[in-house]
Amino acid sequence: MAGAVAAAALLPVAYLLVRAGGGGWSAIADTLFLDRTGRLLVRSLSLAAAVSLASAVIGIALAWLTVRCDLPGRRMWRVVVALPLAVPSYVAAFAFVSNVPTLTGFLPTFAVLTLLSYPYVFLPVAAVLERVDPALEEAARSLGDGPATAFRRVTLRQVRPAAATGSLLVCLYVLSDFGAVSILRFDSFTRVIYQSYQSSFDRRPAAILGCLLLAFTLGILAAEARTRGRGRYYAAGRGAQRRPSLISLGRLRWVAVALPVAVVVLGLAVPLATTLRWLAESVQASVDLGRIGRAGGATALASVLGAGVTALAAIPVALLAARSRSRLAGVIERSAFVGHALPGVVVALSLVFFTVRFMNPLYQRLPVLIFAYLVLFLPLAVSSVYGSALQAPPVLDDVARSLGKRPREVFRTITAPLLAPGVAAGAALVFLTCLKELPATLLLGPTGFETLSTRVWSATQAGAFGDAALPALLLVAAGVLPTWLLTRRGRTTVS
Amino acid sequence: MKGFTRVALSLLMLATALSACSGDGDGLTLYSGRAEVQVKPILEDFRKATGIKVSARYGASAELAAQIAEEGGGSRADVFWAQDAGALGAVDEAGLFGPAPASVSSVVDQKFRAPDDNWVGVSGRARVVVYDPRKVPAGELPDSVFALTDPKWKGRIGLAPTNGSFQSFVTAMLITVGEPRTRSWLQGIKANDPKTYPSNDLIVKAANGGQVDLGLVNHYYLFQLQSEIGPDKVIARNHYTAGTDPGALVNVAGVGILKSSKHQADAARFMEYLLSEPAQRHFADRNFEYPLRPGVPTAAGLPPLQSGQGPAINLGDLADLDQTLELLRQTGLL
Repeated sequence: MAGAVAAAALLPVAYLLVRAGGGGWSAIADTLFLDRTGRLLVRSLSLAAAVSLASAVIGIALAWLTVRCDLPGRRMWRVVVALPLAVPSYVAAFAFVSNVPTLTGFLPTFAVLTLLSYPYVFLPVAAVLERVDPALEEAARSLGDGPATAFRRVTLRQVRPAAATGSLLVCLYVLSDFGAVSILRFDSFTRVIYQSYQSSFDRRPAAILGCLLLAFTLGILAAEARTRGRGRYYAAGRGAQRRPSLISLGRLRWVAVALPVAVVVLGLAVPLATTLRWLAESVQASVDLGRIGRAGGATALASVLGAGVTALAAIPVALLAARSRSRLAGVIERSAFVGHALPGVVVALSLVFFTVRFMNPLYQRLPVLIFAYLVLFLPLAVSSVYGSALQAPPVLDDVARSLGKRPREVFRTITAPLLAPGVAAGAALVFLTCLKELPATLLLGPTGFETLSTRVWSATQAGAFGDAALPALLLVAAGVLPTWLLTRRGRTTVS
Repeated sequence: MKGFTRVALSLLMLATALSACSGDGDGLTLYSGRAEVQVKPILEDFRKATGIKVSARYGASAELAAQIAEEGGGSRADVFWAQDAGALGAVDEAGLFGPAPASVSSVVDQKFRAPDDNWVGVSGRARVVVYDPRKVPAGELPDSVFALTDPKWKGRIGLAPTNGSFQSFVTAMLITVGEPRTRSWLQGIKANDPKTYPSNDLIVKAANGGQVDLGLVNHYYLFQLQSEIGPDKVIARNHYTAGTDPGALVNVAGVGILKSSKHQADAARFMEYLLSEPAQRHFADRNFEYPLRPGVPTAAGLPPLQSGQGPAINLGDLADLDQTLELLRQTGLL
C-alpha cells in the first residue's frame, strides 16, 4: 500500500524524465551548464536553508510557549499562530511591496517566506509536545537537571524528529515557491523554470531544470535522513500519561508574548489589513457575496477532500518508515517528499500529461485535482503521522497480537488511536495548504470551478486589488476551524 | 479508521458526480489568459446574442500555452484567448491552431494577426511613457525612448523589468534596431539609476504619487487607476512617443481556434463576435483598449491608434524572449 502511494508521488518525476530526455544530451548540457543555472541554484539553496533554520527556531519556540508555558492567551495563540500558513505567498509579498515598493532581494524574501512557513514546524512540534510524557522530563529533573537542561536533554530531543521534518518541509517549500520570489524579485531557481515557460514556450529546458532541482532535493532528503539517528521516542515505563504541568514564566511571559504578536502582526495582520485598505480605496470593487460564498464552498470541498485523502494515504507510508529500518522503507518515505520541492506548475503539467493520455475522462474533474493535492502535499501529512508513529511503542502492537487480536483489530484499537493526533495534525496542515493552492487548481480544476485562491488571483491579475480582500480574509478564516479543532483534539486525547 | 476511509471514499464519489454535472455539455470551452473581469461580460453578451454558452478557464497565458501543448491533440479547449501575441505564436508553432475564418482575418490589419492567419488580434495596447506633469513639463517629454538615456533623467525613471510587457518592448527594440543599439540603450538606462517595480500598475501609482517622474508602461493602467480611485485623484498622464519608436509598440490580445476542437462552427462564431462592433466597443469603453476593427472609436480621452504607430514587426516573433532576457541580465536590469 505504501508502495502504491509512493509510485503516485513519483509521477511528476516520470514526466520530467520524458520531457527532459526528448532533446538528447546536447540540449541537456546546454541548459545545465549555463553559468546562471549554477549560480541560481546556490541562491535558492541558501534561501531555503536560511528560511528553514529561522522557521525551526520560531516554530519550536512558539510551540513550547503555547503548549508548555503559561503564556497569556496561549489557547488563542495556539490557533492563531498557525494561520499565516493559509496566506498565499504572493498575497503577502504583494502586500509588503505595495506598502514599501523598495522591498526587494534576499532579506525581504527571507522574511516573508519565514513568516508564512514556520507553521510547518510549529504544528507538528506542538502536536508532539502535547503528547510528550511528562514523566521523562520529571525524571530528568529528579536526577538533578535544571528546567533548561531538562528541556534541552529531554523535551527538545523528543521534538527533534518533528522539528527536523518540519524544517525539511519548509526547505522544500521554499525551493518550489514562485509567488514571493517573483514579486520580491529575488532571482531564484524557480524563476528560471517559470521564465523558460514564458520566454521560449519550450517545456524542455524547464523539465531539465526540474530534474536538477530534483537531484538536489534527493540530496537534501538523504542528508536529513542521516540526522534522524536511531533513538527511541516513546516512554518505556508503565503507567498512564498525565498532562504536563505548565511552566511558569513569571513576568517574562509578557516579554515572551511579543513573539506570537510579532509574527501574527507581520504574517497575518499586515497582508490582511493591506487587502482591506485596497478594498476601502477602491471605488469600483464589487462585493458579490453569493459568488464568494460559492467559492468558499468549493474551496472547503476541495481542501477537505485533499486533506482527508492525503492524510489517509500518509498512514501506511509513515508507519512503514517509523517501524521498518529497511532501505526500501526509507526510499518509499522519501519519495513522498519529492512533489513538494517541485514548482506547482511542473506537478500540474505532469498530471495534465498523464491524465490526458491515460485517464482522459477524468481530466479536469475534481478527483484529479484531489490527486494533485496528494502529490503536492503528501509529505506534510507523512511527516506529521511519522512523528506520532515514533511515539507509539511497537511493543503495544506485539502485546495485543500475542493476546490473540487480529492485525486489523490491533490497528483499529491500538495503532489508530495512537496515530490519531498525527493524522489530525497532518490533515490540518494539508488543509491549510490546499486552501491557497493555485497552479494545480487553475490547470486541473473542473471548468468553472472557482476557489477562494483563484478569486484572489484573478482579482490581483486584473489590477482590481480591492476585490481580493474578502476572499483573502475568508481564506484565513477557513483556516481557523481546523486549527481550533486540532488544538481541542490535542487536549482531549492527552487527558 | 475503516469508517473514516468509507466516508472519504463516498465524499470523493459525491464530488465526482457533482463535478460531472457541472461539466461541459454542448457549449464552447475557452482557455483565457486574460483576466476574468475583461472576459466574462463578453461571454455573457455572446450567449445572449447567439445562445451559445462559453465556459472559461482562466490562467496565465504562458502556462495555458504550455498546458495546450501538453494536451496535444486531446485539448479540452476550443478557443485560446491569450493576453499577448507571443503565447499565440507558440501554440501556432506547435501546429495546434486551425485557420481563423476569413470573415475575421479580413477585418484586422495584417500587422495584428498571424502571417498564416491562424490567430487574430482582437484588442490592442500601446507602450507609453506615464509621467507626472508636476515634475515634467510637456515641452521636456521625450520623442523617443532612446532619449531617456540622457543623464538629465537620472533617478527619475520607473521600470518593471520582470514584467512581460516590458520584455516584449525590449524584444521589439532588438528586432528593429539590433543588438548593439539595444544593449547600449539598456546600459544607458541602467546608468540612469531607474527605480524598478514588480508591475506596471505600481509604476503608474508611483508616477501619480510623486515617487518617480516618468515610467515605461502600457497605456491602459492610467485609465484603470482612474476607475480604481476616481479620475480627480489621478494627476499622472500618458505620453506617446513618436512614429516607429520601439517605445510606441502596439501589442495585442488575440484568439485562435484549436484544430482539435469539435465545435469549429461555434468557435468561428465566437471569434467573429469578438471582432463585432459591440464587442469591440466593449474593449474600447470598458478596458480602455484599442479596438482593432476599423471604424470603432477609442474611449474618450484616448487618442486613436495612428497608422504606422509603433515598430513594424511580426508580433508572433515576440514569443522568443531568450536573447532579451540574456541582455537584461548582462546589463544588470534583471
